[in-house]
Amino acid sequence: MREMKYDVAVIGAGPGGLAAAAAAKKQGAGKVLIIERDTAAGGILQQCIHAGFGLTYFNEELTGPEYAGRFAKRAEEAGAELMTDTMVLKLSEDGSVVCSNPQSGVIRVHAGAVVLAMGCRERTRFNLKIPGTRPAGIYTAGTAQRLINRQNEMVGKKIVILGSGDIGMIMARRMTLEGAQVEAVVEIMSYLAGLTRNKVQCLDDFGIPLLLEHTVTRIVGERRIEGVWIAAVDAHKKPLPETEHFIACDTLLLSVGLLPENELTRAAGIVMSPVTNGPEVNQYMQTSCPAVFACGNVVHVNDLADNVSTESELAGTAAAQYAAGTLPAAEGFAHCLPGRGVRYVCPQHIAVHAGSCPVRLYFRVLSPGGKTNLRAVCGQQILAERTVLRVSPGEMEHLDLDAAELGNQEIRVEAEEAER
Amino acid sequence: MYYSTDIVIIGAGAVGTAIARELSKYHVRVMVVDKRDDVGGDASKSNSSIICSGFDCPPDTLESQLCLSERAMIEQVVKELDVPFRVCGAIMPAVTQQQMDILPHIYEDAYANHVYDVEYVSPEQILKMEPEINPDVLGGLYIPRDAVIDPFLLVVAQAENAAENGVQFLLNTRVVGISVEHGQVQAVETTGGTIRTKYVINAAGLFCDEIAKMVDECDGFVVKPRKGQFFILDKNTPCKTSHIVYPIPTPETRGKLLLQTIHGNMLLGPTAEDLEDKEDHSVTAEELEGVERDCKKLVPNIRVQDTITQYCGLRPNRIPAGFHIGFGKKTQGYFGISGIRSTGISTSLAIAKYVVKQFQDAGVKLERSFTFQPRRTGIEKFSEASDPRRAELIAKNPLYGRVICRCETVTEAEIVEAIHRPVGARTVDAVKRRVRAGTGRCQGGFCGPKVIEILARELRIPASEIEKNLAGSYMLTGQIRGEGEQGNA
Repeated sequence: MREMKYDVAVIGAGPGGLAAAAAAKKQGAGKVLIIERDTAAGGILQQCIHAGFGLTYFNEELTGPEYAGRFAKRAEEAGAELMTDTMVLKLSEDGSVVCSNPQSGVIRVHAGAVVLAMGCRERTRFNLKIPGTRPAGIYTAGTAQRLINRQNEMVGKKIVILGSGDIGMIMARRMTLEGAQVEAVVEIMSYLAGLTRNKVQCLDDFGIPLLLEHTVTRIVGERRIEGVWIAAVDAHKKPLPETEHFIACDTLLLSVGLLPENELTRAAGIVMSPVTNGPEVNQYMQTSCPAVFACGNVVHVNDLADNVSTESELAGTAAAQYAAGTLPAAEGFAHCLPGRGVRYVCPQHIAVHAGSCPVRLYFRVLSPGGKTNLRAVCGQQILAERTVLRVSPGEMEHLDLDAAELGNQEIRVEAEEAER
Repeated sequence: MYYSTDIVIIGAGAVGTAIARELSKYHVRVMVVDKRDDVGGDASKSNSSIICSGFDCPPDTLESQLCLSERAMIEQVVKELDVPFRVCGAIMPAVTQQQMDILPHIYEDAYANHVYDVEYVSPEQILKMEPEINPDVLGGLYIPRDAVIDPFLLVVAQAENAAENGVQFLLNTRVVGISVEHGQVQAVETTGGTIRTKYVINAAGLFCDEIAKMVDECDGFVVKPRKGQFFILDKNTPCKTSHIVYPIPTPETRGKLLLQTIHGNMLLGPTAEDLEDKEDHSVTAEELEGVERDCKKLVPNIRVQDTITQYCGLRPNRIPAGFHIGFGKKTQGYFGISGIRSTGISTSLAIAKYVVKQFQDAGVKLERSFTFQPRRTGIEKFSEASDPRRAELIAKNPLYGRVICRCETVTEAEIVEAIHRPVGARTVDAVKRRVRAGTGRCQGGFCGPKVIEILARELRIPASEIEKNLAGSYMLTGQIRGEGEQGNA
């Protein structure tokens, strides 16, 4: 087995991994390696050929490949090495990873710190237990996006999309542009799962109907899908039989949520959050295993790639510091918990030590609302507060607080709709 | 196109492929015909994956005798054919007094079936063996030799081995008629041409009544589908059992069980729904809720929310029930097999032996072949290899270094081999069942497009011709931009 030695090893060359690697080099890490299973860097953004990336990070609108390309260039120019076509098979607590590729066989990489940036995967029809047959023609939206945008293969002609996640809406537009007929986007919730701007640009502009509080109740077809039954749902999300009707289609796309991909993380025994399905991290994006850091969608599913980049730079910087032995040791931990109206908070922990820097807490609200007060509180004490004009579970919110004032305490993040 | 052979086997399920392999031990030409895209039939690939000791068969039946015979030979056969198999044993817990009262009857049946190692176990013993069983358990039975297998790989292994020993497989080929002259089988008419033959063995499972009708050998029986729906859970689910957990059977059904498959997933099911439509492969919310409800009575902590797939199989429910295996009464050369309902995997190897014996007893001259090669080696799994072995595999074949299915760690080398083996994979599902690419938690979300690419490349056909399984189950509708247009996109 080949042995390699690096200061920082990054698993995944998507927008998160690339930003982390560049940041680690910038922080002074000697040797940084990015391990990527695909044949090129860029991760899922390689297939996201639509625009809309970089609005916050670069203050300009880029396509996915352009956005990823900038970070790939940064990582390369900073001197990070990229090893593609390589799958990580095992992550050990001590920061070593075992991986394999066709050229070098099995390789053990010893690293001072590891950054996990494996991204996420899509929920399937089976996660939702959609009844019916199992014909061809049922794809997750991201799989269809890959086939169309990277493999030049069309997946179908008459489409129903279940779920109003961002990839689903973007694919509604993409399929339409390629000549397919998108019959409807069906969403079980009473509100949109993805970003509002995607509804406007991808559905409204193309006259594609969005059916809120509806779901697919049955899939029909033995060989290729022939259609779906859909129905309105009641307040408990139970289908109402009297509203059931059939839509003929040859393709069903699913955009019903993303799950952080943490098989390596779990196998290494790292503490996981049951809410985010990602590892619990502190403000340095450090996991319960001190040599292992994590960033991007592997930690929690982000709404914007821009947020992933920012968060990943934190992880890369801290991993470089850890490898060099300069990451400040925690004197205690404050714990960040979701309070009223909030589903989760990330990071879950704040390492407390002298000279702590500002910490940004990312979180998602439980339900959509208008003007809302966002607060981080510790008992009666308000640590940070902000008012936003509207909130949606599809969009991440944040609060900045100063970790210097914290002790071993519980911080609750709340979202309370202001009186209208 | 026409063919000439000695024996045609209709149906490439567990029974058909087992007979094919058994006959390949003799100097006789054999062809297997199946209308599906792959071997494995319907119930033979979608079942509980159990090799049963036969403890709960109806005593003094052919089914019971064959179950017992197969259990005695299976361990040798899975070694010869390199099929994953694990003797995990089974527990049948009783959680109500009413169920306790039924245990002695099951125990007596086990004895009547000559399965003498079934024992009563106390609640303490049960919970020690299987801590996840309902703590209210009052007692139960322990069945030590019930085992789990990969039922599909058992079929594939036999098909591959049969093919290596000269059996020819015609897939995607439907039997449309059987020519009979002077009361003697002459030929089998198929969508792929005429096959001249002296003998035809009807192993068509769910459709064996329709085949039997072609030669007027369907006296007084019909076959109806009995649907069984299943859940498969993520390997990471926290609540798993190491034994098969059987419910106490009712007069109608064996009930819904739990087990850990040979690959480490929890399996829950099956339902037993008597239907008319032999093509109804749909799962239903109500029946799956029933699976969850019943299984929770046995193992309360089971987490059905960790399901990664749901599927169903149609067992061939012969009415009237019972194993019927033998030559036809009216048509010379016709051999019928019907009634193999729930124990098909547990009896198929023994059925094959029994069929050959029937042929010999009827005076059919079957001469032993001394060139028969009994061994078949499975596709070596990268996921189960040690790191040094992995390095060796990649050194020999670099495609072992490229992981295609990330959930199950399946490499390109394994997929390519599955395609090029005898009776090789031609469809996405055929690849999936042979090497498990796409059986993990993402259900082919990531590897699906790559598997299509590999199939198209290896079979030298356009990706739009790649199917999921049956003819017509196309995956793609064609390229978006042609060669000339690329770059202008």
